[in-house]
Amino acid sequence: MDPVIEIRNLSKSYRLGERSQLYGSFREAMIRGITAPFTRRNGKGRAAREPFWAVRDINVDVHQGDTIGIIGSNGAGKSTILKIISRITDPSSGEIRVRGRIGSLLEVGTGFHPELTGRENVYLNGAILGMKKTEIQAKFDEIVNFSGVGPFLDTPVKRYSSGMYVRLAFAIAAHLDPEILIVDEVLAVGDVAFQKKCLGKMAEASSRSRTLLFVSHNLAAVESLCNRGIVLQHGRLVFDGSSKDAVQFYLHNVEESGAGARSHVVDLTGAPGRVRKYEPHLKRLELYHGDGRPLTGDVRAGEPLRAVVVFDLEHPCMSFDASIAFDTPTGQRVCTAHSAYEPDREHEERIGEQSFVCDIPSLPLVPGEYKIGVGLDIGGCEVDWIDGAASLTVLKSDYYGTGVIPTKGHFLLDNRWSLAHETSEVYS
Amino acid sequence: MIWKESCSKLSRICQLLHELKAVHRQYADAAMQYFRQSMSSFDLVIKPRGGWQPIDVHELWRYRELLGFLVWRDIKVRYKQTLLGGGWAVLQPLIGMLVFGTLFTTVAPIRSDGSPYPLFVFAGLAPWTFFANALGLASNSLVGSEHMIRKIYFPRIFVPLGATFALGLDMLISVAFMGLVMAYYRWPVSPKICLLPIFIASCFLIAGGLGLILSALNVRYRDVKYVVPFFTQMAFFLTPVIYPLRNVPPRLKMLVGLNPMAGTVEGFRYALLGSPASWDVIWTSLIVSVVIFVIGLYSFRRLELTFADLI
Repeated sequence: MDPVIEIRNLSKSYRLGERSQLYGSFREAMIRGITAPFTRRNGKGRAAREPFWAVRDINVDVHQGDTIGIIGSNGAGKSTILKIISRITDPSSGEIRVRGRIGSLLEVGTGFHPELTGRENVYLNGAILGMKKTEIQAKFDEIVNFSGVGPFLDTPVKRYSSGMYVRLAFAIAAHLDPEILIVDEVLAVGDVAFQKKCLGKMAEASSRSRTLLFVSHNLAAVESLCNRGIVLQHGRLVFDGSSKDAVQFYLHNVEESGAGARSHVVDLTGAPGRVRKYEPHLKRLELYHGDGRPLTGDVRAGEPLRAVVVFDLEHPCMSFDASIAFDTPTGQRVCTAHSAYEPDREHEERIGEQSFVCDIPSLPLVPGEYKIGVGLDIGGCEVDWIDGAASLTVLKSDYYGTGVIPTKGHFLLDNRWSLAHETSEVYS
Repeated sequence: MIWKESCSKLSRICQLLHELKAVHRQYADAAMQYFRQSMSSFDLVIKPRGGWQPIDVHELWRYRELLGFLVWRDIKVRYKQTLLGGGWAVLQPLIGMLVFGTLFTTVAPIRSDGSPYPLFVFAGLAPWTFFANALGLASNSLVGSEHMIRKIYFPRIFVPLGATFALGLDMLISVAFMGLVMAYYRWPVSPKICLLPIFIASCFLIAGGLGLILSALNVRYRDVKYVVPFFTQMAFFLTPVIYPLRNVPPRLKMLVGLNPMAGTVEGFRYALLGSPASWDVIWTSLIVSVVIFVIGLYSFRRLELTFADLI
């Protein structure tokens, strides 16, 4: 069967700085108009400006009944593709052929007017989404029931709580009955229960062999809702396969290379996490596995870890200490390793670039995500500190050698358990 | 004999009518089928476009209900949370009439074209108020709907046109009020009033056409926002609203006629008050207003391609 959407060599470019420049005025346009012939003669025209490719050379065939999740980091071109398919903006080159009625939902509640009542907005928004008046009338009760804002139907939506607003908006969109549904990150709003209801509604639509294109940062939703996944990176298509594989691909290839923090050497000179009052003394953080392999973000719980803190001493100095700390993603400190804790610490006068090596024989962290903070003390005073200099994924491992994977808390405590034969024995 | 002849003629006419109906139904069915087909196997090709675009009548027809909803929204919202509501539609030209009426009958007398001066001014202010308000609202309408334009596709042309149509209600209210003012002055209504719809239409064409151009330019150059109020203020004095066209020297008359509102205002007075009209000016204005609307449509279609990227 023919695909319902054929995307061929699709590209979209923006000239960098275009937005700010075209916001200008008649004056600028006139000046440009007058100077244009001369600038062109100089051989430097508009072409001199480097174009920015939001989407580049995308080729995709979408078949009827496909539910496709489009994933990628911010600015990868996901929304741009949806905007082109929805005909909001034209591509720069390439072509899309569509068979069937498209309903696009790049946002819920587009065109809602705050002064109008809920009832009036249902009609207005429905018409904007492309529904016929008779269609809206037929589905009106269903929409109201789904949204649960029945009692407030004749209240202007400006008096609605944000939750009610979103629910009504989504209820209308959910009853749009197109052959091809395009959804962009609209489920990021609303409470969890309602999100589930919406996902259910969308799954129902896809089960009726409707075609769904779905952009989300919620990878779990993509995995459960979609049968096919597409990964975009810097405007290019880098993966096309099952949604599970796509999520795996994204987690392992795209997200890691996207964040510079996942390299085993982290440049700290301009780190964003630096506490503002400090001068940059810290230069680098290097992470290695126990056997000396570079560590690029993943380490198994209980494995050895070596961290090298590289810093600069401007003046000759004897009393200096480096530290690293492990934090949860929410910023809660789990534990700290500090060179001052080292009983065999040698003190000698140093100047210039120094490397302090920290060996952790067994990383006692529960599997999960952690951030590493780095600090430097001189003369007992903290002179530099960087929060979240690197991130670390601690992988599941059989730490205790029992096959039971610890998942609760953050810290792996060495512990021994034995069952007492008699209560009195415990104290003896 | 004559009776019989006319009877047979009548039956013949009936038969013809019947045939006509059948043919008409056939065409209607074919059109309906074509329409359904194009809906179900709708084959859309999206590719880069540039330059002048045709007007997609088929699509405008498909979205016709949306235009209705946008007009309805604008009407509904305009006077929300105001005390006087639709009264503003009357109040604006009424206050204008009182002020100008006092000013130009006592302070600096202007002789009207035969009708009482306040009536004369009101008949001019009704179309002018519509024009000025519509131009102001329409030119800012696209920028005001930025959110919709960036998030969903629909014929963008409906945004400025909807804003213009929504003000049509105001115009109708003020024309109705004009009837009351005429009754007060015991000024007779002439059959010329049948021509009023033509001038109302030309008013829409001018405001709609300019609104299309200005709203599209406003997306790119926000200068429009500052230009429009100034422009309408100046144009007010260049249009024979507070003075009769007769006072304009003959050599300038054709120039004035190029301002389509001049002929429209003239036409309003002709239709409502039965004032003497210079038809060459009216004809020029009618032609210019159609030209403006067509230019507006096509330039809008051309500029609309980049709206989502620029707004």
